[in-house]
Amino acid sequence: MPVVTPEPDLKQLEPKVRVENLNFWYGATQALHGITMDIPARQVTALIGPSGCGKSTFLRTLNRMNDLIDETRLEGKVLIHEEDIYADRVDVVALRKRVGMVFQKSNPFPKTIFDNVAYGPRIHGVRNQEKLAEIVERSLIRAALWDEVKDRLHISALELSGGQQQRLCIARALAVDPEILLMDEPASALDPRSTARIEDLIGELRRLYTIIIVTHNMQQASRVSNVTAFFYEGRLVEYGPTKRIFTQPRKKQTEDYITGRFG
Amino acid sequence: MAKHAWKEKAIRLLLRVSASTSILIVILIFVFLGKEATPFVVEPGIDELCSTRWMPVSFQKESFGIVPLVTGSLLVTGLATLISVPFGVCAAVYIAEVAAPWEREILKPVIELLAGIPSVVIGFFGLLVLAPLVKLLFGLPSGLTALTGALLLALMAVPTVISISEDAIRSVPESYKSASLALGASKLQTVWKVTVPAALSGIIAAVMLGMGRVIGETMAVMMVTGNAAIITASPLESVRTMTATIAAEMGEVPFGSDHYRALFCVGITLLLATFTINMVAQGVLKKHRIG
Ligand SMILES: Nc1ncnc2c1ncn2[C@@H]1O[C@H](COP(=O)(O)OP(=O)(O)O)[C@@H](O)[C@H]1O
Ligand SMILES: [Mg+2]
Repeated sequence: MPVVTPEPDLKQLEPKVRVENLNFWYGATQALHGITMDIPARQVTALIGPSGCGKSTFLRTLNRMNDLIDETRLEGKVLIHEEDIYADRVDVVALRKRVGMVFQKSNPFPKTIFDNVAYGPRIHGVRNQEKLAEIVERSLIRAALWDEVKDRLHISALELSGGQQQRLCIARALAVDPEILLMDEPASALDPRSTARIEDLIGELRRLYTIIIVTHNMQQASRVSNVTAFFYEGRLVEYGPTKRIFTQPRKKQTEDYITGRFG
Repeated sequence: MAKHAWKEKAIRLLLRVSASTSILIVILIFVFLGKEATPFVVEPGIDELCSTRWMPVSFQKESFGIVPLVTGSLLVTGLATLISVPFGVCAAVYIAEVAAPWEREILKPVIELLAGIPSVVIGFFGLLVLAPLVKLLFGLPSGLTALTGALLLALMAVPTVISISEDAIRSVPESYKSASLALGASKLQTVWKVTVPAALSGIIAAVMLGMGRVIGETMAVMMVTGNAAIITASPLESVRTMTATIAAEMGEVPFGSDHYRALFCVGITLLLATFTINMVAQGVLKKHRIG
């Protein structure tokens, strides 16, 4: 028997998001089955699992982006700060301001760099030019893009490289001051160097935000996250500190997946 | 020169000629119009054209100032644009982004049907319905005004504006909208601040095509604008457009007369105007494509 190394107890971390017995359907097809997990604040939680296992679906339940897909149904609870985000009175706009999202494929608007980052604050009522400039600068600094673009904030965002575009999307998400940042395979379309930059960036951002990142890259999950959740066929199979999951998986399926036997 | 190289050159020339046929045709039109029009520029002179009275048949002195015709056309077309663009774009946004699928199923074919109505029929509608309405609403002695013409033209341009704008709006990538919504924007904010700007080049193209249909339009305007060749900026006055003038007078004019040549001058002016509008629109389009 291997010696079990002491691991940080998930229960001791302050939970930011609590998911309770979450089921989700696309039409008649159930995509998520009874997910229950507490996602800790100011940590990086990685969601891993083979393609089609429901990682993106789960991620989208956290900012209610699934609401935009017709004929979907959800059961169970998602609590952020003990507040049920699917309760009747919830303001989805306010929710999405608190829970930012970065997409798999970078999707800057066909606007200038400045206008991309300023979009969110403007939507939420910031009119003052100085204030906007300040927010844009701060967000771009946080997204580690400022130095590369500070002299050309008014060129089209589409002129940036793929990696820069993705960091711009991160800056855009940060500009509305979210508490939680959802990232759906944010580096899957990028070259290794840009990927490394994004990973470094996630390391930086962990101090300020609760980050939940989907990835199907095992190395990436082990590099950037402290907590890992393994999904398989719409179920949460195993959940725990990243190091423990990767060194001593408790479930056979987890072990098979991280050792590359399937997926 | 080697025979081979000569052949190559001939083929290239042939290709170039066929590729630029459209340009050639435009040039030919210019040349043809110019040939009929230039004697007028020489004889009564360009000053005559720039005068402010169009009175081609008169017992005292005929007068061929095209200014009132140009202002008439500008007024009617400009008003028609002002009416049809906001209306067309809003309708396109509604159909593309707001309407339920069943509404779209009904609206789209109806609008396309509208685009196919012959302009004479629209002219009748203008005479029987719009003109009396304008007369009543504004308490005018006659309902045959620039506004009536503009409303009719707008009616004719709107289907084009709607259906092409709608295509442009629907082809905006879903990922832009998701990004906006995920930032907490409402659906309406997303439409106005992301979708419409992203579709702008297509919308401008739609407006251009709509205007293209309108500026050359003759029949409907001739029926409802009253055809008084006066210079005015008031939409409630009767005006006469360039197209209506050519259509009304060309049939009866003596071949080779000053009047005949003056009408060709009007034709060239019309052509140049269309050209300018297109050029400006292209410029706007280029500026917005970068985003
Ligand atoms: N918009 C959708 N409509 C219907 N089914 C969907 C939709 N999105 C995802 N699914 C299905 O839900 C399951 C989970 O998909 P997804 O969450 O995208 O998995 P992952 O991100 O882990 O690859 C898959 O079987 C997929 O086919
Ligand atoms: Mg996915």
